[in-house]
Amino acid sequence: MVSRTSFRAGLAGLALMLLAPLVVHAADDSALRSLLMQFREAADFTEKTALVEKLAAQDHPRTAILLKALADSRLYYQADGDRVVIGLNDAPEMTIEDAVSGEALGQTGKRELDRVTANNRLRAMIENLLASLGLASADPKQRRAAVESFLRNPDPAGVERLKARQGVEPDKKIQELLTAALALVDLASEDATVRAPAATALGGWTQPEIRGPLLRAAADDSDPAVREAAKIALTKTEFRLQMLGWAETLFFGLSLGSVLILAAIGLAVTFGVMGVINMAHGELMMLGAYTTWLVQQWLPVNWSLPVAVPLAFLVTALVGIAIERGIIRFLYGRPLETLLATFGVSLILQQAVRSIFSPLNRSVATPDWMSGTILLGPLEVTLNRLVIVGFCIAVFALLWLVLQRTRLGLEVRAVAQNRAMARAMGVRSARVDALTFGLGSGIAGVAGVALSQLTNVGPNLGQNYIVDSFMVVVFGGVGNLWGTLVAGLSLGVANKLLEPWSGAVLAKILVLVFLILFIQKRPRGLFPQRGRAAEV
Amino acid sequence: MVLPRWLLADRAGLVLLAVLAVISIGIPVLNLLVPPDHPLHLTAYTVTVLGKYLCYALLAVAIDLVWGYMGILSLGHAAFFALGGYCFGMYLMRQIGTRGVYGDPVLPDFMVFLNWQELPWYWHGFDLFWFAALMVLVVPGLLAFVFGWFAFRSRVSGVYLSIITQALTYALMLAFFRNEMGFGGNNGLTDFKDVLGFSLQANETRIVLFVLSALALAGGYLLCRWLVSTRLGRVLVAIRDSEDRARFLGYRVERVKALVFTLSAMLAGVAGALYVPQVGIINPGEFAPLNSIEAVIWVAVGGRGTLVGAVVGAVLVNYAKTWLTGALPEIWLFALGGLFVAVTLLLPRGLIGLLRRREATT
Amino acid sequence: MSELVSDLDGSGLRLRQESVDARHGILLYLEEVTVTFDGFKAIDNLSLYIGDGELRCIIGPNGAGKTTMMDIITGKTKPDSGRVFFGQTIDLLKLDEPAIARMGIGRKFQRPTVIEPLTVLENLELAMSGAKRFRGLITTRLSGEERDRIDAVLEKVGLTEHSGRLAGILAHGQKQWLEIGMLLMQEPRLLLVDEPVAGMTPAEMDRTAELLRSLAGSHSVVVVEHDMGFVRSIADQVTVLHQGRVLAEGRLEELQIDPMVIEVYLGAGDAYH
Repeated sequence: MVSRTSFRAGLAGLALMLLAPLVVHAADDSALRSLLMQFREAADFTEKTALVEKLAAQDHPRTAILLKALADSRLYYQADGDRVVIGLNDAPEMTIEDAVSGEALGQTGKRELDRVTANNRLRAMIENLLASLGLASADPKQRRAAVESFLRNPDPAGVERLKARQGVEPDKKIQELLTAALALVDLASEDATVRAPAATALGGWTQPEIRGPLLRAAADDSDPAVREAAKIALTKTEFRLQMLGWAETLFFGLSLGSVLILAAIGLAVTFGVMGVINMAHGELMMLGAYTTWLVQQWLPVNWSLPVAVPLAFLVTALVGIAIERGIIRFLYGRPLETLLATFGVSLILQQAVRSIFSPLNRSVATPDWMSGTILLGPLEVTLNRLVIVGFCIAVFALLWLVLQRTRLGLEVRAVAQNRAMARAMGVRSARVDALTFGLGSGIAGVAGVALSQLTNVGPNLGQNYIVDSFMVVVFGGVGNLWGTLVAGLSLGVANKLLEPWSGAVLAKILVLVFLILFIQKRPRGLFPQRGRAAEV
Repeated sequence: MVLPRWLLADRAGLVLLAVLAVISIGIPVLNLLVPPDHPLHLTAYTVTVLGKYLCYALLAVAIDLVWGYMGILSLGHAAFFALGGYCFGMYLMRQIGTRGVYGDPVLPDFMVFLNWQELPWYWHGFDLFWFAALMVLVVPGLLAFVFGWFAFRSRVSGVYLSIITQALTYALMLAFFRNEMGFGGNNGLTDFKDVLGFSLQANETRIVLFVLSALALAGGYLLCRWLVSTRLGRVLVAIRDSEDRARFLGYRVERVKALVFTLSAMLAGVAGALYVPQVGIINPGEFAPLNSIEAVIWVAVGGRGTLVGAVVGAVLVNYAKTWLTGALPEIWLFALGGLFVAVTLLLPRGLIGLLRRREATT
Repeated sequence: MSELVSDLDGSGLRLRQESVDARHGILLYLEEVTVTFDGFKAIDNLSLYIGDGELRCIIGPNGAGKTTMMDIITGKTKPDSGRVFFGQTIDLLKLDEPAIARMGIGRKFQRPTVIEPLTVLENLELAMSGAKRFRGLITTRLSGEERDRIDAVLEKVGLTEHSGRLAGILAHGQKQWLEIGMLLMQEPRLLLVDEPVAGMTPAEMDRTAELLRSLAGSHSVVVVEHDMGFVRSIADQVTVLHQGRVLAEGRLEELQIDPMVIEVYLGAGDAYH
């Protein structure tokens, strides 16, 4: 959230800089500037208090930022000159921006700056002012934040503001939150007849600021009716919490499942369609992840992924085609030998990466647009996981389209079904083999780009996924993309469902043991492929 | 001495047994009787390294029995090796007694460190040598039997079987990494002091362990060689080349497979048990899928389906590994990877196959 | 464990082939058998009876269900419904492949399947009935009696002078004969022979015909074959399968003038020589 807002603020700042020459804001800016300069002359905190009130009355987009900076003691004068600035960090060489325009001003030594001082009374006052400023803001997010900040720190002065706002608040959700906040105030009332309905009204709110007082009321309120009401309200809260917990587990499972699918789907192509066991698949993912790292050495992080995805596809597809042409094509019909030879390739690729890039992990940065969290209904989810779920769907859909709707896909399926017949119909099966293998390998590379956002990028990246991805393919049924999808998702969810109960490692072991038993029961997986192509 | 026909016909095997006999006498002599400053003197370290190779060779023979003759490519034999090793390691742990860092007479150090109050039930009995020695056979054997029984009965074969054997060893590795399992977690079992009262640091003990490894390899080899020259051996080949034919001839293929797989796992367990006192440690890393697959390549290099080839491959590859990881550590994985590719592409019958072909053409 | 080991070969099944009850002159009963693969009826309400000592040919176009029928008899495929009995008493649907083989039903595959790295002699030894108990398996020698049995079969299939050669280097026809020899080592009551003369020279075909004719009487023999000339040279009774059911049954001469048969099969032209 933090970095997202700062990113937004940056954009807003950019827009302001562009607008700066425009007259309307320039006038407001100069008023604000002169007001800020008066803080320098202010003799005591009483005068400052008056100034703060004046400042809060200014209808300027930077008002809230300035007040906050003042409360945090981050507002400075430049010792030589008449500019007021905000310090963005606490380094000796401080990064500063112009207080009014938000223009970045680079770094300045601390000595060249005078701090605008504030005392605790002033801070408390600013806090309140900010809260009411927030409540009155045109931006619903700010209003919600204001109510939430009240919940964290309920003060008597705020109650009146909340009540006033309750009458005019147009947003239904915020209206409800306001009601809850006021009920929370009522829960502290002396009057038990006020407390009981308040407790009832607080049922279903999962925020610790609300659930905590409610728990206390249920345990040791002096009035039995209030205790009872609080208990009933709490069951509602607990139920909601439980649902949220399940939803969260489900999302984690979905996200892990997406990773598994991404890792396995390329295998589903090479193993499923061609019957080739590519033990170097994990290392192809590793190459994809390293490609991402390389791209980030040249391009800004925010732009790196859209470039890395096609590039990783290309790099790994070419490596894959080289493996197919150089090794695998001599081993068709000998799956066990293929397994050994490609394992050899995986060792070579690992060591190559170790020799070229170092055996240490490389850190791949996450772009701003993928970091932070986002609210999905009542659920707060990390953005990178959400993006990867979406990415997985996109890759799957694209692959499906390629296989179902293109000439290459048609030829691939034809060769998989009946090689001899396909050749008789004029399909150049050697070319199809190479391209199919390239396609599967390319997807591995793309999966590697996704993995680079979740785990350490190092020479062992591939090894960590190879057993898992084989299990997904075998579980789903070899040669069946939908099977891979279902298998990946169900294994991901199963893993996350087990985790709270057994711990992460044991969950993984249990899933593996389940798979080993499952394959005994259904050797061809969930969705067995029919016909001769299934005879690996 | 009258040798049975099946052994007389096996010239390469006789050479192998002769070599084993020579080194079991020669190496103790070179270590114990030749003075340390003499150029022919073998250090205890070298003896231990050679002993390690012999254990690996026994593992390779076990793999060759199931892969070379029965067509089952197990990517999980390191698991049986490691289980045998852990069983014997548990015995060695119990022998430490009060000499551990914490001086607890019963609990191994890592349990004291984890604040455990008493020995887990599965550690009982491992203070007895005979019990531990029995478990070295029983634990890998039982796992292999149960796993094989189910897998072969449901006719899981080919690459599917390879993949689930790999999953098996991977799951075991994860499990043994857990401290809660009670096998020392990450660090495994180590700091052994003595075996049957003989110090593991003593030269003589090391020599005895080396000779025992040579004997175990010879015994394992003879057992496998005899087995494959019986009718059962022909059944194995029939299963490898045409499982359906064997079945329609009236053989219960899944039982034969389970039985031979179990036997092979037990041999691997013995190899692991002899390995542990020589290297002085056993940890979950031994379960790593890479170890299993590396052992498979030893067999492939030597020539599968020959048994002797497994021994030759194990010794040669491991010698190369010792030498390369010392001299050019960067190169080792390139070399190993290249070996996988080269052997499968250019040398499908391994070194022994190459020798035999040359013999046949001249 | 000892139970398991002794039953390594399926001999734990105490029913022996002597107990096959063919008193009514019928050795194999298939009644109202139906098999469906993914909605496709490979065998559709098929009823078929094979007499004791009979030599029966089964013909039919591709996909008529001939191989599936053999799969059912030998236990490889379980039917959705119907009954399959060996003699009066033995319900084959309750047994698996090794048990059925031990019961006295031998099967030759369409593609010759001999164990190529073993010698002819070893292949026959592998197939020898009675040698499959665990005790019998862990030996490296042949007894005199066993040697005699193998020699007799070698003689019968004409491979006596090849007994020491690897099966893999035999000619195609010789492999087919070796496989038939392996079936004979099992001492079966019923032989199922799938396309025995595919790819054979005319001379080899004649020898095969002679071999199969000589087996009839002491064994029941079911031959699936495409080659009409060959069928005519061996069989008196021919069954025509079509779309998983029996289309017609009788002597080949009668069938050849049956308009229904001509339409679905013989009329197709290419299979008729």
